[in-house]
Amino acid sequence: MTEKTPILDILTYTLLIAGILIVGFPIIYAVIAATLPLEEVTRIPMPLIPGDQFLVNIKAAWINGSLGTNLLNSFIMATGITIGKIAVSLLGAFSIVYFDYRFRTVAFVSVFCTLMLPVEVRILPTYEMAANLLGPLQGLWELLRLDGVARWIMGHDVEVSLQWSLLDSYTGLIMPLVASATCTFLFRQFFLTVPEELCEAAKMDGASAMTFFRKILLPLSKTNIAALVVIEFVYGWNQYLWPLLITTNPKMMTAVIGLKHIIPAVDEIPYWNVALAGALIVMLPPVLVVLFMQQWFVKGLVEREK
Amino acid sequence: MIKRSVFTSRTLPYLLILPQIAITLTFFYWPAFQGLMRSFMLSDPFGGRSKFVWFDNFIALFTDPLYLKSIVTTCIFSALVAFVSISLGLFIATMANRALKAKSVIRTLLIWPYAVAPAISGILWLFLLHPSYGVVSLAIKRWFGLDWNPLLKGTDALFMVIMASAWKEISYNFVFFMAGLQAIPTSLIEAAAIDGASPFRRFWTITVPLLSPTLFFVTVMNIIYSFFDTFGVIHTMTQGGPGGATNILVYKVYQDGFIGLNLGSSSAQSVVLMTLIITITVLQFKYVERKVQYVG
Repeated sequence: MTEKTPILDILTYTLLIAGILIVGFPIIYAVIAATLPLEEVTRIPMPLIPGDQFLVNIKAAWINGSLGTNLLNSFIMATGITIGKIAVSLLGAFSIVYFDYRFRTVAFVSVFCTLMLPVEVRILPTYEMAANLLGPLQGLWELLRLDGVARWIMGHDVEVSLQWSLLDSYTGLIMPLVASATCTFLFRQFFLTVPEELCEAAKMDGASAMTFFRKILLPLSKTNIAALVVIEFVYGWNQYLWPLLITTNPKMMTAVIGLKHIIPAVDEIPYWNVALAGALIVMLPPVLVVLFMQQWFVKGLVEREK
Repeated sequence: MIKRSVFTSRTLPYLLILPQIAITLTFFYWPAFQGLMRSFMLSDPFGGRSKFVWFDNFIALFTDPLYLKSIVTTCIFSALVAFVSISLGLFIATMANRALKAKSVIRTLLIWPYAVAPAISGILWLFLLHPSYGVVSLAIKRWFGLDWNPLLKGTDALFMVIMASAWKEISYNFVFFMAGLQAIPTSLIEAAAIDGASPFRRFWTITVPLLSPTLFFVTVMNIIYSFFDTFGVIHTMTQGGPGGATNILVYKVYQDGFIGLNLGSSSAQSVVLMTLIITITVLQFKYVERKVQYVG
């Protein structure tokens, strides 16, 4: 610092530790609660010395919240969204930045209109779309009165029913959430900063577009990809509204949604120790990803601002 | 913008952009279009025929006292979530920036709530603020002598969902403020110190103005977060209750559309939310780069 301010420094550290404790308190408290038996967790006030029931509670949460299946579903969903989004947007951004073609601006504008609109604002129609992916075609069929045409051609009535449902499927959990331009925008911004000379040199050496993409652009994007892996994995894992809507089959439920079933309701036995043990397990994967990939994550998060 | 040096190919660029366009059309434009159409229709929830009714759904919406109440609730909720999480995030980041040692340790200790799902944050705070077992509610009762019961009282319930939503967002704000603070050149601070400005004076006259773009961005992001991402918090903690006290707009869309099966109204609500978020985005793109910087 600029000058010596011992009193202010002590105050700074004290407040900082207080801040960290306040932020950490809900978790510390949940960890303690998850180690206690039922009669202790409901005692008022709850004792702050950890008990020995941690594994018992974890096991109960694992069974009651069917965490085995749910964690796997969450993992598939989060990984699918991460890989899908990054792959789709890398290719899209490459097309927009490194090619000149007639519909480039149209493609660009139509993709970037979706930049900030979360799935939450269009849930009902998106749900219908997922319930029958071929709905629009069916609608078109009816709109154009093609049944009449078909009858005229075939000489008898033709019933057309197009049905392709994404409900209770991994595709349904993943695809609608891949439709977002945030990653494309980021990659576009990054590609624009890549020196022109690299592309010129590659072309001079006779590299094709895809070779340039694979051998030069992808290795350069490593840091950005790593950052987005963290951000999108956390985003995918923590999704709530969409999985709530499109999964009715318990076998397809995600871990965060499943937790709702182990929160004790008002008139039930208050197994808060089990509920919190479950919550701790479910939050662990994204927290670990963030902590272990902190450097890239912070870089990526802050860069989204620009 | 485009590169000077580009590849030429007749089909490749179309093939590359195809997945993105296909997904955007299927899961974005078509649903958005459907929602827009539906918001002008009066439809039978049991799949019967629907009727074009112009702006009736919107008129019904904005004359419905429940919807107006939901707007007010959302504004209070959003403003307080943003205020609490931004002020705490900024405060902690300022302290952390002053601490010369252990910056990375501090960051590690503060960053992880970002990864906690809003719904899980809801569960943690539901326990902390539980009227009979919660330790925080116990403190509120003992220290402030309040009759705390978020299960029955609307104000308490709103306070509860604000706590759960703001807590999770502190670390997000912290990361941005930390980055913003580290970007401020030390020479400016040193020059002010030589001129005799105290640390507090320096904070208000140098740090805050230079941080204003970050502050603006973070405020926008926090408002978007509190409008849309807090669905999980509401769903695990209060389900919009008691008596609609925590029924924020995004929860109401879900409730009216999927539980009440009022498709027209729910679509109209979606359109309102879409308009809102488009406005925020446009404003942000327009103002974020200029305007908010050292005025005066």
